[in-house]
Amino acid sequence: MLAKRIIPCLDVKDGVVVKGVKFRNHEIIGDIVPLAKRYAQAGADELVFYDITASSDQRVVEKSWVTKIAQVIDIPFCVAGGIKSVKDAGKILEMGADKISINSPALSNPKLIKDLHDTFGQQCVVIGIDSFFNEETGQYEVYQFTGDETRTQKTAWQTIDWVKEVQSLGAGEIVLNCMNRDGVRTGYDIAQLAAVRAVCKVPLIASGGAGEMQHFADVYNQADVDGALAASVFHKAIIDIPELKAWLSIQGIEMRS
Amino acid sequence: MSNSLVIVNTGCANISSVKFAFERLGINVDVSDDVKVIAKAQRVLLPGVGSAPAAMSSINKKALASCLRGLTQPTLGVCLGMQLMVTDSQEGEFGKTDLTSSLNLIPGHVKRMQVGNLRLPHMGWNRVTSKLANPLFVGIPDGEHFYFVHSYAIDNYAHTLATCHYSSAKKQSDIGVVPIHANAELVDAGPMSAKPISAKPISAEQLKADIGTTFSAAIHKDNFFGVQFHPERSSDAGAQLLKNFIQL
Repeated sequence: MLAKRIIPCLDVKDGVVVKGVKFRNHEIIGDIVPLAKRYAQAGADELVFYDITASSDQRVVEKSWVTKIAQVIDIPFCVAGGIKSVKDAGKILEMGADKISINSPALSNPKLIKDLHDTFGQQCVVIGIDSFFNEETGQYEVYQFTGDETRTQKTAWQTIDWVKEVQSLGAGEIVLNCMNRDGVRTGYDIAQLAAVRAVCKVPLIASGGAGEMQHFADVYNQADVDGALAASVFHKAIIDIPELKAWLSIQGIEMRS
Repeated sequence: MSNSLVIVNTGCANISSVKFAFERLGINVDVSDDVKVIAKAQRVLLPGVGSAPAAMSSINKKALASCLRGLTQPTLGVCLGMQLMVTDSQEGEFGKTDLTSSLNLIPGHVKRMQVGNLRLPHMGWNRVTSKLANPLFVGIPDGEHFYFVHSYAIDNYAHTLATCHYSSAKKQSDIGVVPIHANAELVDAGPMSAKPISAKPISAEQLKADIGTTFSAAIHKDNFFGVQFHPERSSDAGAQLLKNFIQL
């Protein structure tokens, strides 16, 4: 049986790991490589490095840290942010990343998803989606350039439609960032994730809202996601990964021990 | 060159991560597409990321196939590298149904995984069980998790060294039956077997969809070994397997 994944997400800005609340007010958490190593040793199943400045800054971000991570950790990891072309993606994969994740550039140029699929294979291509629940309309809306407050904008896509579209273009995995829950630690957006799960035939990773161990059990049991991503609860040592995995195993959820 | 290891540069694989994994074990690695270097190596690793037709076309372009077929030293194929070791693959060029002819180092066929409603790619950590005692899995207990990423697989067959079972992560009790399966010991996973069997009727289609599939996690013939998972990304268990390989 395939184990459910626990995925610490390291938001990277100017070469250090940061964390903000609702995508704002970033504070420095620490250096990338020692944090990556610590999480791998603690039993994280995978790591995501999300260069949050990259897409909105319109620059090619310096990513020599990718090689350093690939050298020291022995679990899979994904790099997101600033990948706008097949060439950009190729560089990151050559440096030793297992997957690349694209978000804003896929919205600007959906064909990039197909090109990445055809060049590197479906298994490398992760699509990150920043989805906002609009309470007035009751709809899930896709946002772009969320790394920079001044450039963040709503797109024409509704989340469910974009999830279908990226799969038809060759996405191998989807990370759904539920923006309303980002950094607030009140639980994953189960309703939204379950709605996306219903149309998502590739692995689905929940992101945004983890605050306590029960939230992980809920998102696996109620939204049937393949993995749960979290940042602040791990960075601030609110949840201990070995303890979380042991507890989830007792709840009958398949975990890698 | 007493313990030399050459990673075959197939031209389309992400080679860094497997190279780094050996370096973490203190092993020096050469990456080469030179048939003389490959033929002389004490051990050879055939990596794999990408698609079967692209990889075979690159191997043929580099005229590596006959060199690889002539190897007698321990040779390990990883993921797509393993899939290239058998006779052919259903993974063809996009939109075509032709089989891709592979290296045929070990008899066997790569097929698209038939998993019903389960997700593909089969991506993440899954349990691996050895079929028989073998040097590649020394020190690795049955049921250890390894990291997989693939949508094609080789059935459990005569050359299978270890198996993996991909089934729904939902509790079997949720679908109202205890499944009958060829590898019953793999399906009987602790807490779920204690749950009462509900009287909820279940369609044959749903049953098939939820039981999943058992496939080759590792294959072997003579000096050729292949693993479907990524040992370089499989934490301590993966490191142990690579250590075992360099001691073959």
